[in-house]
Amino acid sequence: MRKSNLGTAIILSVLLSVFVTSAYAVGSLRGEYDLDKESKTFEKKKQIKNKGFDRNYTLQPPLIPHSIEKDKVTLKGNTCMKCHSAKNFQKEKAPKAGDSHYLDRDGKVLSKISSRRYFCMQCHVPQLDAQPLVDNNF
Amino acid sequence: MNSKIKLLAIGIVIGVIGWGGFNWSLALTNTEEFCISCHEMEANVYKELQETVHWSNRTGVRATCPDCHVPKDWMHKVVRKIKASKELYHKMLGTIDTPEKFDEYRLTMAMSEWKRMKETDSRECRNCHNFASMNLDKQEERSAERHEPHLWEVTDGKEPSRTCIDCHKGIAHTLPQGWEEAVDNDPLLKVELTKEEKEALAE
Ligand code: HEC
Ligand code: HEC
Ligand code: HEC
Ligand code: HEC
Ligand code: HEC
Repeated sequence: MRKSNLGTAIILSVLLSVFVTSAYAVGSLRGEYDLDKESKTFEKKKQIKNKGFDRNYTLQPPLIPHSIEKDKVTLKGNTCMKCHSAKNFQKEKAPKAGDSHYLDRDGKVLSKISSRRYFCMQCHVPQLDAQPLVDNNF
Repeated sequence: MNSKIKLLAIGIVIGVIGWGGFNWSLALTNTEEFCISCHEMEANVYKELQETVHWSNRTGVRATCPDCHVPKDWMHKVVRKIKASKELYHKMLGTIDTPEKFDEYRLTMAMSEWKRMKETDSRECRNCHNFASMNLDKQEERSAERHEPHLWEVTDGKEPSRTCIDCHKGIAHTLPQGWEEAVDNDPLLKVELTKEEKEALAE
């Protein structure tokens, strides 16, 4: 009885020391920083807003040069079309969504935006002043 | 004689209490807490407001429901409050007591707010936003381009003029389905094009 108790104790303490040492071996994602300190200063990126971006290749969906926080694209409505629709673009001094946006998959011209182009942000995105994390050779 | 003075005194006391109570209830019902104590408001428009700049922004200035929906000066405020008794009636009827009913009725409600704002030249917006203090240089390109002073503050007698709500619908809540057609077909809300715009459209 006694002996097995001692045995368990020894095994436990060995295990424990393994845990403890291995815990030291594993580096924390926080690095050297104490828990009560900020680990890194947060680098805030701002959206680039201008008159429009140059396109890098033909048929690139142009990048969005203005804020889109207010805009909502839902089942009930698409607020981008307040300005970019064929009906409103001149009044709003905005570029009209390209003619390709008014074609169905058989090439028929529609009077309202095609459902294939309804979710604008699938193709059009704003840009931040951030460098890409991974280089791109395209 | 004595009783007449007594009566007058009682009258004055009741008057003061009544007046105070009236203004007190005006103030009490003019808070955001009051507005969203109805779940109809809490569950729909309040949630939507929280996603907009008027809830959280760079400068920390917040717009509450009465800032946009209730006039500041006493006369207009009382008129709006009396009209609001209609809303109590509909509350009892349960006209908008589910999100589905709310959505169904939303266009009607939005249209009446737009009309009210159009009629007052967006008075409540202008309580906070003052054209003279807007720095167009600091605005986005597309904002400055549309904020030509003559369009929305009739300084040179040019017609038709425009007011904030003509261009800024849906700034605080989700736009109702079919709003664009409804606005185009409404004689008051329809936005008339300027001569320049008509020329541009004709091109
Ligand atoms: C209030 C009107 C308005 C709304 C709403 C709006 N835009 Fe724009 N958009 C403009 C204007 C004006 C321009 C021209 C550049 C500028 O002045 O910012 C533009 C430019 C663009 C461009 C660049 C076009 C080019 O050829 O370079 C894209 C893409 C675009 N918008 C997409 C969107 C999307 C997507 C939405 C919805 C999330 C949206 N816009 C909502 C007014 C608007
Ligand atoms: C499937 C991808 C796709 C979707 C979705 C899409 N677009 Fe585009 N968009 C493009 C491409 C590609 C172009 C450039 C070629 C062209 O004009 O067709 C473009 C061009 C544009 C332009 C510039 C037109 C010009 O003449 O300069 C605007 C503005 C625009 N889109 C707005 C929108 C809006 C608003 C929506 C949502 C209602 C939308 N797009 C949805 C791919 C898309
Ligand atoms: C209580 C004051 C107040 C009232 C009333 C008010 N606003 Fe604002 N509004 C603000 C503040 C504060 C901001 C955010 C400023 C900032 O960017 O920090 C703002 C921002 C805006 C913006 C910019 C949105 C954006 O995305 O940057 C628009 C547009 C706007 N208001 C329109 C209106 C209209 C239209 C009304 C009337 C229905 C109105 N406001 C009523 C205080 C108010
Ligand atoms: C002729 C149309 C028009 C009128 C009238 C108008 N605006 Fe705007 N305003 C715009 C457009 C377009 C934008 C840019 C897109 C957006 O924010 O919806 C804008 C942007 C803004 C912004 C954000 C500016 C920025 O770039 O940070 C504020 C704030 C604003 N408007 C307030 C007002 C107020 C207050 C009034 C009434 C006194 C008013 N606007 C009248 C068209 C208009
Ligand atoms: C920045 C101004 C602003 C603030 C703050 C605001 N509203 Fe509104 N509200 C509007 C405008 C403008 C409309 C007209 C419809 C539209 O443009 O979306 C409206 C419409 C409504 C409607 C009609 C239904 C609809 O969605 O159109 C209700 C109900 C409403 N508001 C309740 C509230 C309540 C409750 C609050 C506070 C939690 C609030 N509003 C805060 C500007 C505001």
